[in-house]
Amino acid sequence: MGKELNSNSDNKTVLEIKDLHVQYNTDEAVVHALNGFSLELKRGEKLGLVGETGAGKTTMALSVLRLLPSKVGEVTRGSIVYDGIDILKASHKEMLNLRGHRISMIFQDPMTSLNPVITVGNQILEVLKLHFPEMSAKEMEHQVDEIMLMVGIPPARKHEYPHQFSGGMKQRIVIAMALVAEPELLLADEPTTALDVTIQAQILELMSRLKEKFNSAMILVTHDLGVVAEFCDTVAIVYAGEVVELGTVEDIYARKENHPYTTGLFQCIPDLTTTVDRLDPIPGFVADPTDLPEGCSFAPRCPHCTERCLKENPEMHMNGSHGIKCHLFDEKEGK
Amino acid sequence: MGVPLIEARNVKKYFKTPAGILHAVDDVSFQIQPGETLGVVGESGCGKSTLGRTILRLLEATDGEVLYDGENILNYSKQDMKKVHRNMQMIFQDPFTSLNPRLSISSIIAEPIKVCGLLKSNREIQERVGELMDMCGLPNRYVNTYPHELDGGRRQRVGLARALAVDPKFIVCDEPVSALDVSIQAQILNLLMDLQDQKKLSYMFITHDLCVVRHISDKIMVMYMGTVVEYATKEEMFRYQAHPYTKALLSAIPIADLSHRNRERHVLSGEVANPINPAPGCRFAPRCPHACERCKEPQKLREIAPGHYVACVMC
Repeated sequence: MGKELNSNSDNKTVLEIKDLHVQYNTDEAVVHALNGFSLELKRGEKLGLVGETGAGKTTMALSVLRLLPSKVGEVTRGSIVYDGIDILKASHKEMLNLRGHRISMIFQDPMTSLNPVITVGNQILEVLKLHFPEMSAKEMEHQVDEIMLMVGIPPARKHEYPHQFSGGMKQRIVIAMALVAEPELLLADEPTTALDVTIQAQILELMSRLKEKFNSAMILVTHDLGVVAEFCDTVAIVYAGEVVELGTVEDIYARKENHPYTTGLFQCIPDLTTTVDRLDPIPGFVADPTDLPEGCSFAPRCPHCTERCLKENPEMHMNGSHGIKCHLFDEKEGK
Repeated sequence: MGVPLIEARNVKKYFKTPAGILHAVDDVSFQIQPGETLGVVGESGCGKSTLGRTILRLLEATDGEVLYDGENILNYSKQDMKKVHRNMQMIFQDPFTSLNPRLSISSIIAEPIKVCGLLKSNREIQERVGELMDMCGLPNRYVNTYPHELDGGRRQRVGLARALAVDPKFIVCDEPVSALDVSIQAQILNLLMDLQDQKKLSYMFITHDLCVVRHISDKIMVMYMGTVVEYATKEEMFRYQAHPYTKALLSAIPIADLSHRNRERHVLSGEVANPINPAPGCRFAPRCPHACERCKEPQKLREIAPGHYVACVMC
């Protein structure tokens, strides 16, 4: 079931998000979830999207699939282009073809993202029925068995229901559903957050292996800098709906030049290899998306905050593959 | 060393279920000295929370002894227990469900003071609440707000203020930072450690996060399916891990440092077995890469180095 790709070059950009603004209009307030979010993803790239609760990571993933809650979620500005298709203007039919077929998503909570009254085999089968109507029933069954084997679940268990599986196995089934159509882009929204560390290691290894096999691009949404270090090629750090720093894992983890927020994130994780008496937390609280500060949104918590930071939102300064959105680096560039 | 503040001797907690007897905590012993932190690590379902609750008698132990200051509290009457509870408190995992949504922050913090009858007049109680909020880094303007108006980090501070209200000597912290963002997690960990220094508190710190445990504990106990598999001081535990499960647990943690990217890893296969009517041998054996015939015998904790205990025939 090979799919024709428009180009075979490895460095082709598959997903481009430009200056995306998304807001949720609720009865009480307008929540500014994404504020000028920009991102590029190349074929086969594993991107780690790191940020805290409410940074807009999940909103980004939902926007790409155009799954924002209708009437509440609204894209106010910006564009999302996937392999030449303008997602924001695509027809309903085009989107149906993209979702689950060319772009798949793994949701955070395996306990709630499966239908409890349908057997797991049928839930995987559903993807094939929707996207490959020409495939024979026998072939579909074969595909289901194969993908279940690949994620490490005996195909004999396909007639069982989600409640008969443990958390780690449910997440494997969700991954099987996401991969059975061999998507070109996989959006994994905190796929291992609800799991124990030993199971997390198994799942990450599995996703890595499968990604190699299908050579799909992947965005791994997480709050864990450790997972990104072990699993991803590139990193984007998100704060208050904006990418504040991006680069290869080497750029970010060398820890030579970082956005003050990234530095803060590194300092507040207890380390397994070194001992410190006190952690160095980022003061204050995550920016309130209903009431964002003027200027740089990290300014109220930033140790290097200046007058200028309070008034002007900084530009992204690129240095090769490494970009930092902070006024600290304007001066350096000037010199 | 003097009398330990808290001592558990062969504590067992079984639950009767329609499918059989669930061994949640099986034969666990430990000691906590005044001012010391015991870290309890393990995966979900290994019995660490049940152990914490059993120590506080929020659950009744099936067998064993829990000693507070040298006295077994498991046969205390309700009246006596009330006095002991003034010294033993708990912070819960989920700051969203452990606070009564219909009480204001000040009533939540004042409740234990009233229950224990520590202060009589309203003015005194309000002063004490203000003091506690100050101690836990809660601005005074939150006195009359309700839990839903606060974010996770601030709610966890309320939970902590409530635990400290009766001036306890010992606090069971059941995953107090797991539900929080990393930047907030560090704030709460620092606060817990500062309070420990000021008040010479003892903690039993339950978590699944080995990085956090390394940061805060003096001694570490690793649990697997209700049993202790390894128990040592922090330095000893991180110098050398003897039990195959501890090794696997440690190597499964992603490290935010590229130099560790290609380290050797012990990825476990399989998942935690069913804790209902477990077989007598080592419970980790079905997932253990070194399992052999001898693992079918019951495992006892053995001292392999001073203060370092392991329950494994292979070590």
